[in-house]
Amino acid sequence: MNATLAGWLQIIALVGALGLTFRPLGDYMAHVLTSPRHWRAERLVYRAGGVHADAEQTWPGYLRSVLAFSMVSVLFLYGFLRLQNHLLLSLGTEPVAPDLSFNTAASFVTNTNWQAYSGESALGHLVQMAGLAVQNFVSAAVGIAVVAALIRGFTRKKTDRVGNFWQDLTRIVLRVLLPISLVMAVVLVAAGSIENFHGFESITTIAGRHQSVPGGPVASQEVIKELGTNGGGFYNANSAHPFENPNAFTNWLEIYLLLVIGFALPRTFGKMVGDNRQGYAIVAVMALIWAASVAIVTANELHSVSSTAGHAAGGMLEGKEQRFGIWASALFAVSTTLTSCGAINSAHDSLTPGGGGLTIFNMMLGEIAPGGTGSGLYGILILAVVAVFIAGLMVGRTPEYLGKKLRGREMKYASLYILTTPAIVLAGTGVAMALPGERAAMLNHGPHGFSEVLYAFTSAANNNGSAFAGLSANTVWYNTALGLAMILGRFLPMVFVLALAGSLAQQQPVPVTAGTLPTHRPQFVGLLSAVILIVVGLTYLPALALGPLAEGLH
Amino acid sequence: MLGSLAHVVRHHLAALRMLLVFTVITGIAYPLVVTGIAQGLFPHQANGSMIKDSGRPVASALIGQNFDHPPRTDQTTPAPDPRWFQPRPSAAGSTGYDPTRSGASNLGPNNATLSKTIAQRRTAVAAFDGVRPGSVPADAVTASGSGLDPDISPAYAYEQVNRVARTRGLDPAAVRRLVAAHVSGRQLGFLGQESVNVVQLNHDLAALK
Repeated sequence: MNATLAGWLQIIALVGALGLTFRPLGDYMAHVLTSPRHWRAERLVYRAGGVHADAEQTWPGYLRSVLAFSMVSVLFLYGFLRLQNHLLLSLGTEPVAPDLSFNTAASFVTNTNWQAYSGESALGHLVQMAGLAVQNFVSAAVGIAVVAALIRGFTRKKTDRVGNFWQDLTRIVLRVLLPISLVMAVVLVAAGSIENFHGFESITTIAGRHQSVPGGPVASQEVIKELGTNGGGFYNANSAHPFENPNAFTNWLEIYLLLVIGFALPRTFGKMVGDNRQGYAIVAVMALIWAASVAIVTANELHSVSSTAGHAAGGMLEGKEQRFGIWASALFAVSTTLTSCGAINSAHDSLTPGGGGLTIFNMMLGEIAPGGTGSGLYGILILAVVAVFIAGLMVGRTPEYLGKKLRGREMKYASLYILTTPAIVLAGTGVAMALPGERAAMLNHGPHGFSEVLYAFTSAANNNGSAFAGLSANTVWYNTALGLAMILGRFLPMVFVLALAGSLAQQQPVPVTAGTLPTHRPQFVGLLSAVILIVVGLTYLPALALGPLAEGLH
Repeated sequence: MLGSLAHVVRHHLAALRMLLVFTVITGIAYPLVVTGIAQGLFPHQANGSMIKDSGRPVASALIGQNFDHPPRTDQTTPAPDPRWFQPRPSAAGSTGYDPTRSGASNLGPNNATLSKTIAQRRTAVAAFDGVRPGSVPADAVTASGSGLDPDISPAYAYEQVNRVARTRGLDPAAVRRLVAAHVSGRQLGFLGQESVNVVQLNHDLAALK
């Protein structure tokens, strides 16, 4: 079989697998988020945690619970990292420096998983599994909880209640994330990933030299890192590391896992709003953007477009693993930047200008195709609100989406959501470029160096976590600035989403009339796709022109 | 005021208790259960797919190794040993293939240093294997993403057959057959690409008489 056919087949198999799980997983998550019954295990969790899981919350109450849980998580993780040398399984590691601890705590709590440290040299096993991996579960669940509240805003009427955060959080962890992780972790080990509590094992190699082979509970963390679109690697090389991602099958499975919840959630949405077609329209937009991005990045990498190094080598293999090759690396790079995952199986810094530029653009889209667990769906629903509003302006009618009027108040929340992330990205990048010391942290010169900084702030503010890793980001300034970008980029949008949910829930639905814009037809799929590309394109074009576009034209 | 403060404190204490509950479930119980199952059912994989010689581990089949001469004091980089199949260049650690320093070069697609390094590698590999510079495959002149890549392309493996056979005094046909036996096809017929695991190849090469 030739490489092109094999490349196409692995994409088709991926789409097929995602299609097969779309309905069952989407329906199951809708059931989990709406069922009136608690599991006995959940009651135990509520009792141990001392929370009232039956009392429905207003949107400010829901938000306070999200923020309290996240703030406590940041402090707990910070303390964990600072004190890790006193704990079990520390493998002789030092306490993590204060600025790096802050950055890492913010990073994992916000589902970003930006890593300014190197896992194998900086962290012990206990902090990885009981500190970082816990946030892999709960930060993913927080995202799904928030989108559940937003969907309830559309489905409920004349109420100020949007659900109970503790109930949503617990059910998502226990009924969705944990069972899938358990099964898939065992599959990963069977396929070659490691799962043990060893430290470095010193061996004499075949050629008689010395090598230290690492250990760790890797597979259990690898699975939730993909499934929860977290992306924080056990080792520095992330999913390029053979122990995290030993072969082409595990690579395919990891791409599937990092996409599966994001692509199934529109079904959950359609099911919950009582019209599956609404979910199909959303997933169609996601799939279109994903497919276009896969095509563009793969073509750029296959043909070494605008890369002198690629032409010198006879192929874009710098930073890529032989067992994956270009097709599987491009597929991973696109999927990880269109979700909020940020795991990598190749060095994005060494992608072609077009391929690397598109990974930045993917994140700039707000990670909505399909996006992070929960955050992708609420991101695209906000854009759908904007699309409906724009259509309403064109025909001079009060816009409505799913029976709810989009008035000044709703549009203010939607606009603030859209403006927040670009403000953080562009201000952060601008300040970094104005400071000589921070400019010097770039590994590469010229436009590509600028792309490294732009990538860093885009990745942090969008809670992606992947990097053009040439940037020396482990400095007090970058750790602090990027840590703040992650926190603001995660929680400010959540404030606006929950405020919008509260505002929608209070409305009495308006009946559908002949003048209502249908939001389930191809026409709306086209409209929404165009709105996404135009809004994001206009916002970021100048910054992209200075980085990847300048490099590609050079 | 005091009442609302007490309320805020209570709220955060509940949040902390919930975090601790999840830490026990997902941070302790979950990895222990996975480790238990993994060690019970798949101990070989779970412990790193180690290759052993008379009970002594000499390699992980998944982690690449250097096959070079011990570095002399007057050298910055150790010279490759012609009796072994050579792996890809590596950016992990100062001498490459250091699992305590996994990672890539992160050099950009138009980085002048990278282009120069690739040209130098091409010249060096061609001279070492006695082939035309133009025929050296891309994986032989580029560093991988992890710096621990155990695999090379079949083309690069076959290119090295004559050199390895000559320096070891072996029949080139026998060495070529060994390489052919180590070419792993695409998984399930279409996943990934054809590769040769250099670690396993060299391990079996050592046993070839």
